[in-house]
Amino acid sequence: MSHSNEAPKGHTGCPKSMDIKNEAPKGHIGCPKSMDRKNEAPKGHTGCPKNMDRKNEMRLEFDSRSCNEGFVRVAVAAFLTQLNPTLEEVADVKTALSEAVTNSVIHGYEGDVQKITIICYIVEQEIFVEVADKGRGIENIEKAMEPLFTTKPDSERSGMGFAFMEAFMDEVKVKSAVGEGTTVFMRKKIGQAYNKFDQ
Amino acid sequence: MEEYFDITGTNLTIFVPRELDHHNAEIIKEGADKLLRTHNIRRIIFDFGKTSFMDSSGIGMIMGRYKNIRFTGGTAIAIRVNERISRILTLSGVYKVIDIYEGLPQQSPGYKGGAI
Repeated sequence: MSHSNEAPKGHTGCPKSMDIKNEAPKGHIGCPKSMDRKNEAPKGHTGCPKNMDRKNEMRLEFDSRSCNEGFVRVAVAAFLTQLNPTLEEVADVKTALSEAVTNSVIHGYEGDVQKITIICYIVEQEIFVEVADKGRGIENIEKAMEPLFTTKPDSERSGMGFAFMEAFMDEVKVKSAVGEGTTVFMRKKIGQAYNKFDQ
Repeated sequence: MEEYFDITGTNLTIFVPRELDHHNAEIIKEGADKLLRTHNIRRIIFDFGKTSFMDSSGIGMIMGRYKNIRFTGGTAIAIRVNERISRILTLSGVYKVIDIYEGLPQQSPGYKGGAI
């Protein structure tokens, strides 16, 4: 083990040179189609909320590097805190999100560095998370969602990704087209406690 | 540098990092396999003492190491497993092949595995 960096612990393949940096998105070139959903009523969008007044949304776009997975989890968990979730609920959302992002990194882009977009919004007491990539897509979604099914058994994938997402969230939907990419949509109701958004 | 591994006798202890996700799983996997190749290891001990997050990549890493050690006739256990990690291990079925201890195994009744 020769990893001595502190921030990303034991960081393997990340950048020293400039051409492989985590860059800020310039002018939204590679953004997913769902970009134009911003500030407008969602038309035919899977599971989107009706009550727009009470919606609070954020969007994250980042490179599909495994070292970003931790950052994304923390960001979404921080966004989630306004619903006053229990620790358990935070852990559930983090795990499910981690599965979706890992899927995009490993299966969607297969190690290539491209953009993953997360759109996360809160309506009433529910959190909605969409993880979108423009990777290779899924051929058979039903099959992919079966527990223990994996297309990469040799690289020690457990095949539990979608099973975990379904176990930890209230609802999971997958939209995918081969060669175009995959969007995973998740929803979870967070306890009934005090809600900062009401203030 | 953070130390992930300790070898005492034929025991390899893997100190699982705080967050065992895809990124960290790859690091552990690489390091552990190197040690398994170069040392005579009979038992792998996954120490979850400081772990608060794990996803299915962690399961893949554990199962992979378990297969490797089974191949040479060894065993694997998990110690200091908290409620959250226990839930993930249970959900994935890992508990069927790996003994899981909430604390140190010496403290558990019926433990016969010898000192760690």
